[in-house]
Amino acid sequence: MEKKTTVHADPGKQELIITRTFDLPVALLFKAYEDPEIVEQWMGTKVLQLENREHGSWRFETSYEGNVVFSANGVILEFVPGEKITRTFKMENTDFPVQLEFLEFEKLTDSTSKLTMHIIMRSVAFRDQLLKMPFAHGINMAHDRLQQIADSLK
Amino acid sequence: MNLRRDVFQAIADPTRRAILLLIATQAMTAGTIASNFNTARPTVSRHLQILTECELLTQEQSGREIYYHLNPAKMKDIADFIEPFRQSWEDRFNKLEAVMKKYKNNR
Repeated sequence: MEKKTTVHADPGKQELIITRTFDLPVALLFKAYEDPEIVEQWMGTKVLQLENREHGSWRFETSYEGNVVFSANGVILEFVPGEKITRTFKMENTDFPVQLEFLEFEKLTDSTSKLTMHIIMRSVAFRDQLLKMPFAHGINMAHDRLQQIADSLK
Repeated sequence: MNLRRDVFQAIADPTRRAILLLIATQAMTAGTIASNFNTARPTVSRHLQILTECELLTQEQSGREIYYHLNPAKMKDIADFIEPFRQSWEDRFNKLEAVMKKYKNNR
């Protein structure tokens, strides 16, 4: 099957580029990032704050059985509906420094679209560390780890 | 010698990446490799040692000469290394697509 998601990470660089083509009109793709209720559904996290405007801020938190297992926050630097979001991303309670994310939404056809995520890290070492942790950026990390622990206890 | 040397640290160096590209087309001796760079010979030797420790290069004795070859299996490991990260994003984006298709149909 064709790989819809690509990750481009040149050795020795502190950036990575993730692209994905969607079988969705660009307006719907953008809405998935804009609407807190929808973000919660596909990211699997709770959206505590999401101010979709320049100088707005956002905060996500994931709990498992009453304990917070993942949280992240940032500020929104640019917000152009249907086109782009520029934001910072900081995973709370980790050594990862804040990273800068450029999200670009592109119309391909009336019913398909493309997302380009350009992530810039503080150093090459942190970029490589992020790549080595498949779930580091995501919300699934804690869940997956807990699942592994749960499975090992069975 | 650090046997646990990180392969990604190894390829983060521009000279070492250039060496890998150079050897990709044909096996070469240390002397031939060094002649392609302005860097001092001992520095190139050190790079070759690091790349060999990481198993990115293999050595082959041919008469009095030692030839360096690229190890394609190890190079493939580097490509595969990103795969779990890519897959985690693929899963997340699949979810996004499914959620939005449902959203569209429910309107």
